[in-house]
Amino acid sequence: MSLPLLFYIAALIAVGSAVLVVLNKNVVYSALLLVLCFFSLAIIYLLLEAYFLAVLEVFIYAGAIMVLFLFVIMLLNLGREKALEHFKYLQRGLSIFLVVLFFLGVFLLLLNDSSALHQPEGGFSAGGVYSLGEALFTKYLLPFEVASLLLLVALIGTVYLAKRKI
Amino acid sequence: MVVPLEHVIALSLALFSIGVLGVLFRRNAITIFMSIELMLNAVNLALVGFSRYYNSVDGQVFVFLVMTLAAAEVAVGLAIIIAVYRNRQTVNIDEINLMKN
Repeated sequence: MSLPLLFYIAALIAVGSAVLVVLNKNVVYSALLLVLCFFSLAIIYLLLEAYFLAVLEVFIYAGAIMVLFLFVIMLLNLGREKALEHFKYLQRGLSIFLVVLFFLGVFLLLLNDSSALHQPEGGFSAGGVYSLGEALFTKYLLPFEVASLLLLVALIGTVYLAKRKI
Repeated sequence: MVVPLEHVIALSLALFSIGVLGVLFRRNAITIFMSIELMLNAVNLALVGFSRYYNSVDGQVFVFLVMTLAAAEVAVGLAIIIAVYRNRQTVNIDEINLMKN
């Protein structure tokens, strides 16, 4: 199988599962379809030669985050959502119009004016864990440390919010 | 590249638009969170595509940081949802209007 074909198949699966995530009334199905979407995105990362990020996508998103989602769905005992009763047609039409406008605007801009894009010569050498780690620990050391602080704050905040009594 | 950059950006745009529509249409707080995850992933895809195109590792570092942010955001957000559900017995955002007016 040729690699571009694999990209388009993965893209089709990603878009299809994303649409089903939004349209599905059952939250559990939405969560599982989102996992499918993340896996196809991981395949696309592999095709774009971001090998470490593909592994991270499966580990963090499909592993950790979606397990968290499923646990919360289980705890809250959410069944099928009641049918969306009051359709507000004006709001829906307006939001679809604005989103399509956004999509077409950026898309047509990209198609018509790609003169700003200049791909440098030479092979690609930035996908592996070595170059990523080197950038993280030299050029981006401060953001890396701040990210750890962010995780600590999130940890404390989560415990505070979810606990019944402190 | 395996495909033109435009196609990667188009896919990213499509996923982002689907995420925006999910946030606008659904009234279930958990589905809205999933749509937000979808939007973050769309941005990640664009960053990875540009990183591949310009042969630079910077975009991938940003994706790394966005993943950290997404993990933190989901943890705090789901804790908020649990706290709200404990008080109101619902996750429908139309019924959670304590701060309205």
